[in-house]
Amino acid sequence: MLLLAGCGGDNDSGGEELTELGKGEGQVNLISWAGYVEPEWSKPFEKKTGCKVNNKVAGTSDEMVQLMRSGQYDGVSASGNATARLVDGGDVDPVNVDLVPNYKTIFDDLKDQPYNTFDGVHYGIPHGRGANLLMWNSDDVSPAPTSWDVMLDPEVASKYKGKISAYDDPIYIADAAVYLKTHQPDLGIEDPYELNEEQFEAAVNLLKEQQPLVGEYWSDAAKQISAFAGGDSTVGTTWQYQYFALQEEGEPVAASPASQGFLPKEGATGWSDTWMLSSEAAHPNCMYMWMDWIVEPKVNAQVAEYFGEAPAQSLSCDETAEADFCAKYHADNPGFWKRVYYWQTPLADCGNGSSNCKDYNDWVQAWTSIKG
Amino acid sequence: MRLSRRAHILLRIAVGVGLAFIYVPLIVIGIYAFNASSVIRWPPSGLTVDWFGRAVEDELAREALLTSLKAGLVATAIALVLGTLASLAVARHRFFGRETISFLVILPIALPGIVTGVAISNTFTQVLGVDLSLLTVIVGHATFCIVVVYNNAIARLRRVSSSFEEASADLGAHTWQTFRFVTFPSLRSALVAGGLLAFALSFDEIIVTTFTIGAGEETLPIWIFRNLFRPNQLPIVNVVAVLVVLVSIVPVYLAHRLTREEGGTAAARGGTVEAEATAVP
Amino acid sequence: MSRRLASFFNGRPRLQAGALLAGPIGWLVIGYLGSLAVLLIAAFWTVDPLSGEVIQGFSLENFETLFDEPVYRDIVGRTVLIAAAVTLTDAVLAFPVAFYMAKLASRRGKAILVVAVLLPLWSSYLVKVYAWRTMLSADGVLNWALEPFGLHGPGFGETAVWLVMSYLWLPYMVLPIYAGLERIPDSLISASEDLGASPLTTFRRVILPLVFPAVVAGSIFTFSLTLGDYITPRLVSNTQFIGNAVFNNIVNNLPFASALALVPIVVMVAYLLVARRLGAFEHV
Repeated sequence: MLLLAGCGGDNDSGGEELTELGKGEGQVNLISWAGYVEPEWSKPFEKKTGCKVNNKVAGTSDEMVQLMRSGQYDGVSASGNATARLVDGGDVDPVNVDLVPNYKTIFDDLKDQPYNTFDGVHYGIPHGRGANLLMWNSDDVSPAPTSWDVMLDPEVASKYKGKISAYDDPIYIADAAVYLKTHQPDLGIEDPYELNEEQFEAAVNLLKEQQPLVGEYWSDAAKQISAFAGGDSTVGTTWQYQYFALQEEGEPVAASPASQGFLPKEGATGWSDTWMLSSEAAHPNCMYMWMDWIVEPKVNAQVAEYFGEAPAQSLSCDETAEADFCAKYHADNPGFWKRVYYWQTPLADCGNGSSNCKDYNDWVQAWTSIKG
Repeated sequence: MRLSRRAHILLRIAVGVGLAFIYVPLIVIGIYAFNASSVIRWPPSGLTVDWFGRAVEDELAREALLTSLKAGLVATAIALVLGTLASLAVARHRFFGRETISFLVILPIALPGIVTGVAISNTFTQVLGVDLSLLTVIVGHATFCIVVVYNNAIARLRRVSSSFEEASADLGAHTWQTFRFVTFPSLRSALVAGGLLAFALSFDEIIVTTFTIGAGEETLPIWIFRNLFRPNQLPIVNVVAVLVVLVSIVPVYLAHRLTREEGGTAAARGGTVEAEATAVP
Repeated sequence: MSRRLASFFNGRPRLQAGALLAGPIGWLVIGYLGSLAVLLIAAFWTVDPLSGEVIQGFSLENFETLFDEPVYRDIVGRTVLIAAAVTLTDAVLAFPVAFYMAKLASRRGKAILVVAVLLPLWSSYLVKVYAWRTMLSADGVLNWALEPFGLHGPGFGETAVWLVMSYLWLPYMVLPIYAGLERIPDSLISASEDLGASPLTTFRRVILPLVFPAVVAGSIFTFSLTLGDYITPRLVSNTQFIGNAVFNNIVNNLPFASALALVPIVVMVAYLLVARRLGAFEHV
């Protein structure tokens, strides 16, 4: 609600909710993050519904938004820094959660959130959530870091000059803001996505100081994997997907995942993803079936364990291969997620009365300046 | 040209260095095609031929190859027609704006691929409201393939005197007969060379393709891009790359042979088809 | 039928030219130039920050940003500089090879060399760049080969981009220079030598001026291909080139991306005009 009031533009979300589910159309075209749509659960889906799954993996929210705007896809697993843009741009339709039976048992603190519910209208089905990780090569980095300063404090980070791996997206500015929230409390940063001029400049300057030390800005998960494996990166921000992949290949990586019970002491940015329905979906019935399938207790358990994130489906906790998976990943612990700042779309409306915060365009422009 | 022995040797070394520079990375790709592990490390941990079998079996790779072939052939065909027409007009007629045609034709290739790609994509989706598909890819490819055919054709036409065509006309042949029996035969090998180069350009094109392709399709470069970083697929990608190069030795060599023989008069005048292939109009 | 058409056009050369040109012109002018124009008009529009909808009012905002923000000057400067460096490097590397092919190789040697130079064009651009990425990486071939000498590869960065681009576009420079050299009759060179000129003088006074247009023709490709590339900078470096900046803005701010795209267009058009002056467009 706050988000839409802030933009002030005319809110013509136009689309109508489906009231009844028809027959499957034979295929469904998805856009997703790496590791979200794997044969392990997409093949059984195809068998069950007859909807062939065509999946396009995107590396950033920007890519996802662009692909959705082409109107060629049926749905997307959108993070919070894409959802508001998709809604306001009319690229997605409201989702009738009554047509998604498994929605009822989704964790409560994932329902009706500002990143998936706009003006009281549901726009998607939660997929799962996680925190961005600090990962390092345990052979090359010691002592084991417990703070983001190993990447963001110029003094500490300079030890790893040229080997730092940062996420190549304007949303990374929020990571700097999270860091400053702890280390420069005078700035008064509350929400790392709503920054006023002074706070924004501080974050941008911090990243500009980091830039000479960065070895690689990554946007493709597999590219980061190859960088760590090849010794070109030794410390960086990452997702569980890469961490597990590198472990499997026998690389000496360690990370600060939620599963180890701690985040870096400042907290971390993260994501809570939502499957959204395209307003130009050619196969809406298959898309609804997919959305219901992905939060089926067994499937969401598979999904969560494969990627390494907390499942959205509460019943999945009984279905995970690892007995205490949910506990490890704090799936049922709303308190933990208070220190995780889900990706959001920065808006001019700060949400606390003032409207002088930097919006996404400012973030994009600043990001270009940061990279140089 | 008479060169001292030393100069001769230095030149040979320079050529060797140049060729080595060109081929070392290709050899690296070739080695990695046999890489036993899917992780890229140097030196590779072991060698295997497994990936060749996997590559041939990979359904998506085969589909992508087929799509690329389709797109390449159609785009080349369009480019051949349009390029020949344009070159005939420019070489054999005088008219207002003749010089700018050469300039115009080279633009699609001289301007950055991203500009061409976004412009064409934008026109299709926003202005014309057409969905992106293999057709839009072909349109994009044909646009920059025209210049290659045009270059070749016009270089050849300028070389071959128009007096033959005039003689043909004097002997009573009309325009189409003249074209069919006089102009076209002398043009043929230039078109083969141009067509080959155009096909090669289209086959390997990634940037314009990225912006003009539809959701469900993949050309080979797009398939490669998607699989390049996935550790388990990378060796297959290397294998595919090696296979493509090996397969293309034949047409490249054939084209060279064909055109050398046919372009007999042209060669005598100090030029070969490769010369025509890369001339700027 | 074809006879009727042919006789119709017989006495009307202009009409014939027109008919021949209708297809190509339609495609290129209406289709391609039209698309470009539409895109470039967008450079004067702006965008709503949240919805991403394009606001079609006239505005110079994008150009103001381009000129005011120092980062864009850096990006353009960097791109143009590396494009020039790549062009020079390729000219230097290509010349010996092309010279040998044109003037010294036997017929068989020529055939082999031509195929050898053309073949890499058939291997995938992406695979080649990725091969370089692995070669340049910390555990890659280059470092491995240089280590015994106590040296170090350049790693990722601008040097890497220069290296890889010089590699990629080399065949595009070899072929035109080869063609240009072939066109120089051997008799001209013999005459120069008979008149007493040393090989160096012959090269400087006779060969170079005659082959220069061909070098310029080749440089059009090396320069423009470097100017617009965004994939190579992404794969072997951290730096932003014009192509990257355009690519990054296409989603959120198409008008700004269009304004950015104007820069390489202007640069290339200017380059083409200069090249035309230098005779690159006249070959027979």
